[in-house]
Amino acid sequence: MKEKSKKLRATNRSSRDGFSAVLFLSPTMIIFSMFIIMPVLFSFYLSFHNWNMFSSQRDFVGLANYIHMLQSPDFWRVLKNTLVYTLGTVPLSMAVALAVALVLNKKIIGKKFLRTAYFTPVIVSSVAAAVIWRWVFDPNFGLLNHVFRLVGLPTINWLNEPTAAMIALIIMGVWKSLGFNMVLYLAGLQGIPEQYYEAAEMDGAKSHAKFWHITLPLLGPTTFFIMIMSVINSFQVFDIVYVLTQGGPLGATKVLVYYLYENAFKLFNMGYASATAYILFAIVFALTLLQVRYMRSKVHYTV
Amino acid sequence: MEKRVKNRVAKSVLLHVVIYTGAFLTLAPFLWMVLTSFKGINEILTYPPTWWPKEFRFENYVNAFQAASFGRFYLNTFIIAIACTLGQLVTCSMAAFAFARLRFRGRDALFLLFLGTMMIPGQVTMIPTFIILYWFGWIDSYQALIVPGLASAFGTFLLRQFFLTIPRELEDAAYIDGCSRFGVLWRIILPLSKPALATLAIFIFMYFFNDFLWPLIVVNSEEMRTVQLGLAIFRDRYVTQWDLLMAGSVTSTLPILIVFFFAQKYFIQGITLSGLKE
Repeated sequence: MKEKSKKLRATNRSSRDGFSAVLFLSPTMIIFSMFIIMPVLFSFYLSFHNWNMFSSQRDFVGLANYIHMLQSPDFWRVLKNTLVYTLGTVPLSMAVALAVALVLNKKIIGKKFLRTAYFTPVIVSSVAAAVIWRWVFDPNFGLLNHVFRLVGLPTINWLNEPTAAMIALIIMGVWKSLGFNMVLYLAGLQGIPEQYYEAAEMDGAKSHAKFWHITLPLLGPTTFFIMIMSVINSFQVFDIVYVLTQGGPLGATKVLVYYLYENAFKLFNMGYASATAYILFAIVFALTLLQVRYMRSKVHYTV
Repeated sequence: MEKRVKNRVAKSVLLHVVIYTGAFLTLAPFLWMVLTSFKGINEILTYPPTWWPKEFRFENYVNAFQAASFGRFYLNTFIIAIACTLGQLVTCSMAAFAFARLRFRGRDALFLLFLGTMMIPGQVTMIPTFIILYWFGWIDSYQALIVPGLASAFGTFLLRQFFLTIPRELEDAAYIDGCSRFGVLWRIILPLSKPALATLAIFIFMYFFNDFLWPLIVVNSEEMRTVQLGLAIFRDRYVTQWDLLMAGSVTSTLPILIVFFFAQKYFIQGITLSGLKE
């Protein structure tokens, strides 16, 4: 009898779940449909139109925005800059992050302090960080050129020469992203069972052999995850470009999102900017799919 | 045998030297910023540069606050960051509860769609959101800076994963005692989820404190500027006034550094929680 009433209540509960779900989900759903779902569709629609957002005239132009973009040397240059930034930042940041994580995983004095130190740039706003770095890169009074003079290297006009400005941006990008990757690597390293190393030691493996044959392969999923995340993030870089170089000199550091920002909010080419946004979306989407696929094939790699 | 021990010590010393040098290099720009912020402009613009200021000029901070209304920017930033943090804690925990505990048709599909929105770059929704807010007449207002940030897929996901680890027995007992679903969330799930909520709160707060692109787009007037936007515009105006710029930078990084040092544990937990647990 008691069992029955319990069961009755249980079914009663699940039948009312639907109503509750609507209630519980509605705040999020309202915000999402207004500021994510609708904008995504609207943006797609806009990418086939010419519109400055203030006029009542909104012309359908078909694929013209996309064609114009793919034919524009500006777009390709911006894409190339973004790629250079990505290729310059991601591998370097990952390699250093892994090295730091490996050291911090050993017997080191002051681990907590070190972890905090390396992580600090991650939490500081890109704007403030870029203001500081402008000062570090200052050709006359900056810290970097001072060091260059001390060791007898020629000084560099960091932010006013196209190649140097890109290098400066990459240096700052590495500095800013390193700590984040380090934390992920540390977590990955802690997931490797100690027995593997013990077994290898019994077989007489040297430390570099242990690194290449145990650590690195077992960090595979972590590495792949960090790589995809980092590539996605560097394709979306904006803040540090805005403050450090404003896309200059001569457009040498103008990246995809900066280009999008200019087109949308300086020139009000809403259609063209939306098309650019969709290209970015396609790139990010492809990278995410790659990540999901890899995860599916590798989930059971670790024990 | 002794040689091996010596070798090991030498290696360990070397590791320490390298890792501490790296840490110093990472922190050097901050140290230099703080020290520069106290120097007079004449001392800043001399070569070779000095590390330790000859005299500590606290006036730089006063001057920076007079040159731009950082006080106001702070107020704005705190209003926005706190509103979004509280708002998201409410919306995300409600949605997370629905996904973790309630049984309704299409739940898994909806959740997948939810996760899918996480891979939409903000730049895709940015333009139409701006246009929608413009139609609402919300440009240059708190609403524009707060309302789109009142929900997030990331937060919902994070909390859902945490809720799933809480045993159901407690809730069953509560339901039998006639507790409502909201009561269960409020009295049982949330008190047990304090670490996850703290992690999420810190993430959201830091995000909105540091956010730059969105305020750059929707803010026009000086009195609506956030700290980051204020600093960027300050930089444009006082390009070579390094004393003021450094004082401004210190001012705009200090609170977040303090929050971080005290709440580090939660922050790092959050990254590993969201990053590696699939």
